Amino acid sequence: MTGRIHSFESFGTVDGPGIRFVVFMQGCPMRCKYCHNPDTWSTVGGKEYTAEQVATNALRYKNYFANGGGVTVSGGEPLLQAEFVKELFTILKSNGVHTALDTSGAVFSKDDKGKFDGLLAVTDLVLLDIKHINPEEHKRLTSRPNENILEFAKYLSQTGKPMWIRHVLVPQITDNDEYLQELATFIDGLKTVEKVEVLPYHTMGAVKYEKLGIEYPLKGVEPPTKERVKNARQILCKR
Amino acid sequence: MQFEQWEGFVPGKWCDDEVNVRDFIQHNYTPYEGDGSFLEDATEATKKLWAEVMELTKKEREAGGVLKADVRTISTLTSHGAGYIDKDLEKIVGLQTDEPFKRALQPFGGIKMSEQALNMYGYELDSEVKDIFTKYRKTHNDGVYDAYTPEMRRARTAHILTGLPDTYGRGRIVGDYRRVALYGVDYLIEHKQRDKDLMVGDMTPERVRDREELSDQIKALNALKQMAQIYGMDISKPARTAQEAIQALYFGYLGAVKDQNGAAMSIGRNSTFLDIYIERDLKNGTLTEKEAQELIDHFVMKLRIVKFMRIKDYNELFSGDPTWVTESIGGMGMDGRTLVTKNSFRILHTLKNLGPAPEPNLTVLWSKNLPAAFKKFCAETSIETSAIQYESDDLMRPEMGDDYCIACCVSCMRVGKDMQFFGARANLAKCLLYAINGGADELTKDKKTGKPLQVSPKYAPIIGDGALDYSEVIEKYEQMMDWLAGLYVNTLNLIHYMHDKYSYEALEMALHDTNVRRFFATGIAGLSCAVDSLSAIKYAKVYPIRNQDGLVVDFKTEGDFPKYGNNDDRADDIAVWLVKTFMNKIRSHYTYRNSIPTTSILTITSNVVYGKKTGNTPDGRRAGTPLAPGANPMHGRDTNGALASLESVAKLPYEYSRDGISNTFSVTPASLGKDE
Repeated sequence: MTGRIHSFESFGTVDGPGIRFVVFMQGCPMRCKYCHNPDTWSTVGGKEYTAEQVATNALRYKNYFANGGGVTVSGGEPLLQAEFVKELFTILKSNGVHTALDTSGAVFSKDDKGKFDGLLAVTDLVLLDIKHINPEEHKRLTSRPNENILEFAKYLSQTGKPMWIRHVLVPQITDNDEYLQELATFIDGLKTVEKVEVLPYHTMGAVKYEKLGIEYPLKGVEPPTKERVKNARQILCKR
Repeated sequence: MQFEQWEGFVPGKWCDDEVNVRDFIQHNYTPYEGDGSFLEDATEATKKLWAEVMELTKKEREAGGVLKADVRTISTLTSHGAGYIDKDLEKIVGLQTDEPFKRALQPFGGIKMSEQALNMYGYELDSEVKDIFTKYRKTHNDGVYDAYTPEMRRARTAHILTGLPDTYGRGRIVGDYRRVALYGVDYLIEHKQRDKDLMVGDMTPERVRDREELSDQIKALNALKQMAQIYGMDISKPARTAQEAIQALYFGYLGAVKDQNGAAMSIGRNSTFLDIYIERDLKNGTLTEKEAQELIDHFVMKLRIVKFMRIKDYNELFSGDPTWVTESIGGMGMDGRTLVTKNSFRILHTLKNLGPAPEPNLTVLWSKNLPAAFKKFCAETSIETSAIQYESDDLMRPEMGDDYCIACCVSCMRVGKDMQFFGARANLAKCLLYAINGGADELTKDKKTGKPLQVSPKYAPIIGDGALDYSEVIEKYEQMMDWLAGLYVNTLNLIHYMHDKYSYEALEMALHDTNVRRFFATGIAGLSCAVDSLSAIKYAKVYPIRNQDGLVVDFKTEGDFPKYGNNDDRADDIAVWLVKTFMNKIRSHYTYRNSIPTTSILTITSNVVYGKKTGNTPDGRRAGTPLAPGANPMHGRDTNGALASLESVAKLPYEYSRDGISNTFSVTPASLGKDE
């Protein structure tokens, strides 16, 4: 089958362990205010590729994956095209390549918990992006609730799936000790978290908004200071 | 052993009546697998000296780029008295003239260039010198222009051939300066004399020239001894200590830069050689680590202040005032031992002790088998200083052995055994436009007629306004490359004949084996632009746009096309084809002095200037905008990340580009990952 893909990055060094080939899927249900890839939102854009084509492309970089690297599927929201990603990961696994899924979990539903089991079976690592721990704040930030996302995290924990929790630190929105503490408590309840990453908010996405003619929602918000980043890491990255 | 100075060294072929530095290194060096924790900081003397250099640098900048210039004394090995930064503090001495930052007058490449350079900085060439070099003593530049054909001049005017070493010193020749330290000058003279004595028989022009050159080499070696004597030193015998070794080696190099204002004056592969002397002194208790580092710091300081008097355009071409004092460091030996020594660390440590600097161009010969601690040290130093160049030892070693060095930025040569005739580059993007326009230049006008300058013989241009046909374009491009390769090689044949005749590098060649291997180093500019243009013609529709003369001056492109730099074989195969095709055409011609033709794809900064002289291209690049540097993809067209871009470049066949392939690649530490 085919998937809609926004772009490829052959030298991904920030989305999972080692050097990674990153596939950015097209389409996302979230509208995070700080999103730096608004061009991946639309579900009709991008270019269609078969899983076979993408795998062939990725496998050309296999010799760079030596030190724990592999392929990360990011987005956009990869779970919107879960069947395609499953097919891609299946091919990659049969070639001995480490697979990582970079997701917000937004399309997970507790009424159908097993929906992504097939995909997760061929996923070595989930990079789960928790946008905000507070339900109201989450809604304000992303336009979607966070209950199902937190459910997804628990489900991954219960099913023994290794994960990295990622959290974007935005002044005035997530950079708040109370929230960070709350998030830390939540993460403490998960059993399979290998790493927590604090990603300092940056303004490099702003130009894309201009190009797309959308108003940049975080106009005037500066990246967090080094001290605040350090503070957030102290709270969240204890393990 | 023949010399008491060699005491403590393991003997071998090197001391058995031979000149064989590699053998000496192999028998005597100590590979080092440890880390940099032994390194010492700068001494007070070093700090003080460096502060004085920085002060002079500031003054030089304030003076508009040149602090002082000699307008009268022709630079030779012995033309100037001793010069010092601060005599009492300097452990390694010797300057190009009698004062630091005073630029020498080196008119043998061309008196006009010397005069222009002086005038640009507000100096007046001494009238007597001018007289001598216009009336009585011919220069390289005069020789070349006496012999140039009209076609060669046109190619030069239109910049399809660019940067030719016809008005300045060709450089790129690296003497084996280690020989001065290891053997002493008398031993070297004796061997050269013996070589000369064997050059008998029919006095063919070649043999006469060889004998004359050998005499010049011997004279240069004698002059080198005198030069050392001006500084109160005797280098006729081998060096006894590390300090003497570094000093003698530096004198060898200093002699070369006094003799030649070459485009690139690289220094070779010296740190591991010098480590042997440092180790011997450390073992004997006559030197401390602190003192060893001080010697290296002072040596490097001298290399940092090598300066030439050059015209401003030259500096513009290279975006700075580069001397390319490349020192090659590390690498692996043929026997599997690493050639990294403690001194490899020391020389890189100068970037911390003296602060980062572009010169000397410290180049690590990288192998995946280098000791892990050294790799880590290099990475740390790179992150801190951004001042290390890396080249693949694993790629070069199989062809060059383990005692080669880099001249300029990528050209590899076995030290003291290979030399090269530097050949600038041919602009293949422009050549494609010539193929379309039948050799009429798209930008340059014929001064007499006002029409486009017909550079090549009048080839059949592409006619009509329909979409360009790939096979027709390729056929014409091949024909035009045939013409260009022939003209290019012959232009260089002529240039190097004249350089040998009027500006022979006697000292540098005296520090080579007499039976030297010569490379004929051509170069390519505009590779990625030509490739993307061909890809556009092949995979999209490209319509020519003509001016009133019927000349194609622009293109309209419909549809998308694969671009070089995305690991897409459709584009990358064109690049491979182009490199192979052009190189094969180069190879089909006679090359001067039985030299081995090679090519390089390495314009590092001059791509900007070459782009200025190239019209609109079918890939959509606008006239006058830069070509990509070296083998880089065109700016912004590699959209699949770094590895895809690098993989495209890596497909270029090294066997067809033996003089080197460069890819300029900037990364911020953060883009390499999050952990230290």
